[in-house]
Amino acid sequence: MPSYEAWSEGRGAEIIAAHVDQQGATLPILHGLQDAFGCVPAQAVPMIARALNLTRAEVHGIVTFYHDFRAEPPGRHVLRLCRAEACQSLGADAVAAHVRHRLDVDWHDTTADGSVTLEPVFCLGLCAVGPSAMLDGTPLARLDEAKVDAALERAR
Amino acid sequence: MTTRVYVPRDAAALALGADAVASLLRQSGDVEIVRTGSRGLFWLEPMVEVATPEGRIAYGPVTVADISGLLDAGMLSGGTHPLRLGRPEELPFLAKQTRLTFARCGIVDPLSLDDYRAHGGLKGLARAKEIGPTATVELVTQSGLRGRGGAGFPTGIKWKSAADAAGARKYIVCNADEGDSGTYADRMLMEGDPFVLIEGMAIAGFAVGATKGYVYTRSEYPHAIATFNTALDIARREGVLGEGFDIEQRVGAGAYICGEETSLLDSLEGKRGQVRAKPPLPVHKGLFGAPTVINNLVSLASVPVILDKGAEFYRDIGMGRSRGTMPIQLAGNLKYAGLFECGFGITLGELVNDIGGGTRTGRPVRAVQVGGPLGAYFPPALFDTPFDYEAFAAKDGLIGHGGVVVFDDTVDMARQARFAMEFCATESCGKCTPCRIGSVRGMEVIDHIVAGDKLEANLELLRDLCHTMKFGSLCALGGFIPYPVMSALEHWPEDFHTIRREAAE
Repeated sequence: MPSYEAWSEGRGAEIIAAHVDQQGATLPILHGLQDAFGCVPAQAVPMIARALNLTRAEVHGIVTFYHDFRAEPPGRHVLRLCRAEACQSLGADAVAAHVRHRLDVDWHDTTADGSVTLEPVFCLGLCAVGPSAMLDGTPLARLDEAKVDAALERAR
Repeated sequence: MTTRVYVPRDAAALALGADAVASLLRQSGDVEIVRTGSRGLFWLEPMVEVATPEGRIAYGPVTVADISGLLDAGMLSGGTHPLRLGRPEELPFLAKQTRLTFARCGIVDPLSLDDYRAHGGLKGLARAKEIGPTATVELVTQSGLRGRGGAGFPTGIKWKSAADAAGARKYIVCNADEGDSGTYADRMLMEGDPFVLIEGMAIAGFAVGATKGYVYTRSEYPHAIATFNTALDIARREGVLGEGFDIEQRVGAGAYICGEETSLLDSLEGKRGQVRAKPPLPVHKGLFGAPTVINNLVSLASVPVILDKGAEFYRDIGMGRSRGTMPIQLAGNLKYAGLFECGFGITLGELVNDIGGGTRTGRPVRAVQVGGPLGAYFPPALFDTPFDYEAFAAKDGLIGHGGVVVFDDTVDMARQARFAMEFCATESCGKCTPCRIGSVRGMEVIDHIVAGDKLEANLELLRDLCHTMKFGSLCALGGFIPYPVMSALEHWPEDFHTIRREAAE
């Protein structure tokens, strides 16, 4: 189970400094921040802008362009369900409908108890063993309703 | 005597419990566990192989519950058991293949450079150094290798342009942003034989005079990212990289469009991943404005064997203008889904029925999408189409990165067409209007059609919209999304005409 640090300006500055000398440092910085804090905190945006000599608007534009970067930390677990065609061909839509109903969340939402965030993903490269998903970095294959329930139960 | 047992660590094998199988086997006496990539026979994963005097003997699919029975049956000396598959290379699915790019995947320890060398690795790079940069570019051109990302541009010509371009610094960029549903060849190679990519990029760097390489890997592949970073450390430590050429891996952030080469370059530069207008071409003005070769991972990973075995050897395989082999990825609703590398020319029907064994659900095949979310849906009536860049283009389709996704007769093709537009709307970079607005309008129009609202007028509007997107978009996302939409409409019109169908009944 991933655990994240609380935002601190000093730690944010440290992460930015660790990557700022790389060519094209924006994505490495954003990944570094999200790995530490579970999201790209709004307070980090002006700091990144200063470090990279960009405007805040430009940094905001970059952060929001990419699906991966979050504005808030996720729940204790992240379930990324594949919604792409290969998994659709084996019933991914039904699995997704079941999970959304069971967790009572829509895509990108976190359950009321903060335990699970549900994210859509367009392909995990597990297209020969679909429907597939990734639960906190653990790949799951040939999912059906019972299998996804069991995985969520183990995680909680 | 210690018995060597091979258990895959490919992400798909892990998803099917390979880690638990490996750790239980490790406790089962005098065994040495080697974690390999996957051979690509996913219905048999986790496929465990045991080294015996007669060669490797495979068992699969092995679950934790099977292990005590397997050990009792003498698995560690190749004993008989219902899960015993025999010698893997004699399994029909593997025996029918021509494994060149994937020759080592599933066989070697992916993080052993000694293993890599023992199985023919680094011979291509040595050959390149022997014949020099110009002859290397010429050899790749002569081999007929074309871009395996889908565009099919001749790799040697691209290299020649970059070699001839003036620039103090040049780059090799590997596109490992394998976002097409139904494709997993890049992932398998990065997890199962990462040194072949390193060698291919080192050859490219030597050939065009580049000093730095970047691999842009999608964030959805955490296992590939980790394995490849470790492989880079090993290659640097052992002197394969470092002197004159080094490689850095960068991780994407969930944007499908970054698989488009110019978006990828903008993303590597730290910007929004938006498509660039061409010209200038990346070979003249690419990453950070410098001459850049940007190739698909499979293209680069095919170069070492071409250098090692020669241009003629490679060129003699294939059909028409599609030379060499293609790692075709059989996916979706198939009984035998997996990686099938063979010469161009095999027909779609052979792939789906003979090799793939028909659907996993046992129902009739209704549609096959080839080439990812931008590829056309093919009905069984077109199963005689040979796997070849030109033959698929002639049928208003594309082979893309080699993904083949099979659907049974429960699929609703109007829904698939709508999904294509929805996917395009979600993933559009927003730079050009046909893609950004057209995809949203496309969803709406398909909804109207399915609702039976002004059917003929809206069908005409959809055709017109697809025409505009095809010819007016800046890149292949907006430009090719009409393929799945129009092929669904052409081959399965009955799925779009709900109201009319109900009225007729």
